Amino acid sequence: MPGYLQIVGRITAVTLVDTNLMVPVPFLVRRRFRETTDTVTLEMVPQQSQDRIDFSPGQFNMLYAFGIGEVPISISGDPARPETLMHTIRAVGAVSSALVRMKQGAMVGVRGAFGKGWPLHEACGKDVVLIGGGIGLAPLRPVIHHLLNNRKAFEGVTLLCGARTPRDIIFRRHLKRWQRRTDFQVEATVDAAGATWLGHVGVVTRLVAHLDSHPSNTIAMVCGPEVMMRFAVWELLQWGLAPDRIFLSLERNMKCGTGVCGHCQFGPVFVCTEGPVVSFECIEPWFHRREV
Amino acid sequence: MDETYTIRIDEFQKLIEGLHRRGYQCIGPVLRQGVVTYDELATSELLPLGIADRQSPGCYRLEKAPLPAVFGAHPGPVSWKTFLWPDFVPIFDALLTADGFEIRSAAVPFEKYAFIGVRPCDLHAIETLDLVFHKKPGSAIDYTGRRKTLLVVAINCTSAADTCFCEAMGTGPEALSGYDLCLTELPDPVDHRFLTTVGSAEGLNLVGELKTESVTLSDLQKVRGLLSDTVKKMAGKLDIADLKDLLYGLLDHPHWSEIAEHCLACGNCTMVCPTCFCTTVADTTDLAGRQAKRYRRWDSCFNLSFSYLHGGYVRSSIAARYRHFVIHKLATWVDQFGRPGCVGCGRCITWCPAGIDITAVVGTIRQMSGASGTKKEHGYVLDQ
Amino acid sequence: MSSINEILAGHRFFRGVDPIFLRILNECAAMVDFEAGEIIFRQGHDAKRFYGLDRGRVALELHTPGNGTVVIETLGPGDIFGSSWLFPPYNYEWDARAVQDTRAVAFNAECLRDICEADHDLGYDLMKRFAGIMRNRLQMARLQCLDIYRLSDGSRL
Repeated sequence: MPGYLQIVGRITAVTLVDTNLMVPVPFLVRRRFRETTDTVTLEMVPQQSQDRIDFSPGQFNMLYAFGIGEVPISISGDPARPETLMHTIRAVGAVSSALVRMKQGAMVGVRGAFGKGWPLHEACGKDVVLIGGGIGLAPLRPVIHHLLNNRKAFEGVTLLCGARTPRDIIFRRHLKRWQRRTDFQVEATVDAAGATWLGHVGVVTRLVAHLDSHPSNTIAMVCGPEVMMRFAVWELLQWGLAPDRIFLSLERNMKCGTGVCGHCQFGPVFVCTEGPVVSFECIEPWFHRREV
Repeated sequence: MDETYTIRIDEFQKLIEGLHRRGYQCIGPVLRQGVVTYDELATSELLPLGIADRQSPGCYRLEKAPLPAVFGAHPGPVSWKTFLWPDFVPIFDALLTADGFEIRSAAVPFEKYAFIGVRPCDLHAIETLDLVFHKKPGSAIDYTGRRKTLLVVAINCTSAADTCFCEAMGTGPEALSGYDLCLTELPDPVDHRFLTTVGSAEGLNLVGELKTESVTLSDLQKVRGLLSDTVKKMAGKLDIADLKDLLYGLLDHPHWSEIAEHCLACGNCTMVCPTCFCTTVADTTDLAGRQAKRYRRWDSCFNLSFSYLHGGYVRSSIAARYRHFVIHKLATWVDQFGRPGCVGCGRCITWCPAGIDITAVVGTIRQMSGASGTKKEHGYVLDQ
Repeated sequence: MSSINEILAGHRFFRGVDPIFLRILNECAAMVDFEAGEIIFRQGHDAKRFYGLDRGRVALELHTPGNGTVVIETLGPGDIFGSSWLFPPYNYEWDARAVQDTRAVAFNAECLRDICEADHDLGYDLMKRFAGIMRNRLQMARLQCLDIYRLSDGSRL
């Protein structure tokens, strides 16, 4: 009969598992840092120590606030120190506002670590350019920890970070420390500032043209509002960087975090399992499309 | 395997009893509230004898069948996903405690189902869902458990509704594999019988308890003829050659907006579609706020809130949501899972209150884009 | 210390300019140094000079009643500023202040205008470059105006 579909690789082996990935694990807030008026970093530890979460930079967890719901938040701590779990959260909705209000000792439900992280292996031996806008700096901080913990494996390391005003910059203490290093170039810029600000003023994408490294041996990791990423990608392409050397961290609505609820699709990409980090080459046909 | 026998209708009750003895809950077609739906089949008497259907865009009617078939009605509004990936599944309970809260994972029941009368399109649908979930067993524990014990009695289609297009999708009208038993009904007032092909050891076991006869050549020829006629009836409904790339190149086609003027975004299509798997989570608390429960619920990409992001919605227009449904089903699904998500069952056509026909939509788009080509520059497609 | 010619030849804005044109431009140019904190020009003053930055950082800013000084853009090596020399009535639109010790090549605006009028080829080349700068500045200003960091926090426009 014409046109019968060959069932390629019929699933005959069905694996039964014990762990239900939809059930959160309890964590306790150990410390709380206020980053800006609406952003807080929570440092948490698992209630049971064997529940600690090992993660790679760029991955996220689903954080559960009792009775309210869940929200996907990138992990913002040091991957070499997984005994504590850090998340930097901005209050934008019901769940995130509840998380931002949590005090020391509060309990948070955690599911994760989910997703595909930043391309650490590909970055070896190359110049690494990190571009972070606003809270987009949070998913990049684990990469920065990794790069600095393994400094010799990489060539030049540059961070371009942007925020609305100096008061909106997160990780200020870290930035000051990083700026003091001679093996890490940090350029901070804001959209507007007062005269006491000695850094750059202007959109973060403008700093791309001033980069020292050469595009042929550079890899870029970009994270921030989608509009900012769009312009940053444009600038990087103008600068001469190849599309498969530009990596973005995408965002979409997530309910399960594991690729079964269907909400996070960006074209064919399930942002929660094939992202959130994707190469620009992969997402290029969809990135500029409206309402996909 | 692949041995074929003839079984008479009287043996059906024994088949169901045999399944019950093995601990299976039998699910099959039953007549309820004016539709042929799938529900518990306690006895063979519940099968809808002599019922046929007439389906067309936005229309479903039952009528008396010319011959006393029990599988005379084509896919109705309910598909097998209702049992394998049900709506409203408890995930956990949480109770406020002194330290914070305690989470109790909800027990996951693994019903042992025997599906009676699985059409080839629906069989492909189940296997399509397998492809969606098999790499994520930790998020689909209940699906995996039910799937492991599932017994399938398939039924070949010797007729097609006007909305069927399994022929175009390569999913029917004959089941080729993936079943424990496969029946082809030969309804006859005097000699109502089924050609029964065995597909597994369990199937062979079941058939061993029934009275069987060998298959006659004339029956085989009759069945081949019926299947061939069914194929012919559905010919040309949809051309799936290069469909994925065609659709990828036509994301900005104005026809999506034209359709959107009719689409109500009611989501019926996603509810009746046997491969739609999207779900959401619902968090509830008691009035005192001391106990919280979380459920998994079916969701639909036609819901505005489905794509909520940053205080707004990524797909706020109906055109975008309709486009997403079609593009996912026929194009991105291929990149995600290796085959289209559509199995040609025609349910979405029948149950759309606006009578939107996915085969007509794609056909129109294909036709309208025929003259104009698509150019690629930097990976961006410039649409005409 | 590099000569003006060397600086211009390596400067991003002047990259690819015909060496003969560069020599002509040289006639209008002088090297200038500013100390950190020094005011270079003020809003409303005659736009007598146009600058190509070689070293340091310059802030373009505005004084506002109530909010004090607001910096709207900083410029670094390879940038140009003081482009009001192109447009009558030739007045600076912003304040410019050296944030760090800064060295720049300063062009006499009147001299430049005369040269461009006399040699339209040179004038056209310069205009094309300025058009590019204006476009980038416009794009940047629009992004700043969009307030992209606020857009993603759920607040409505």
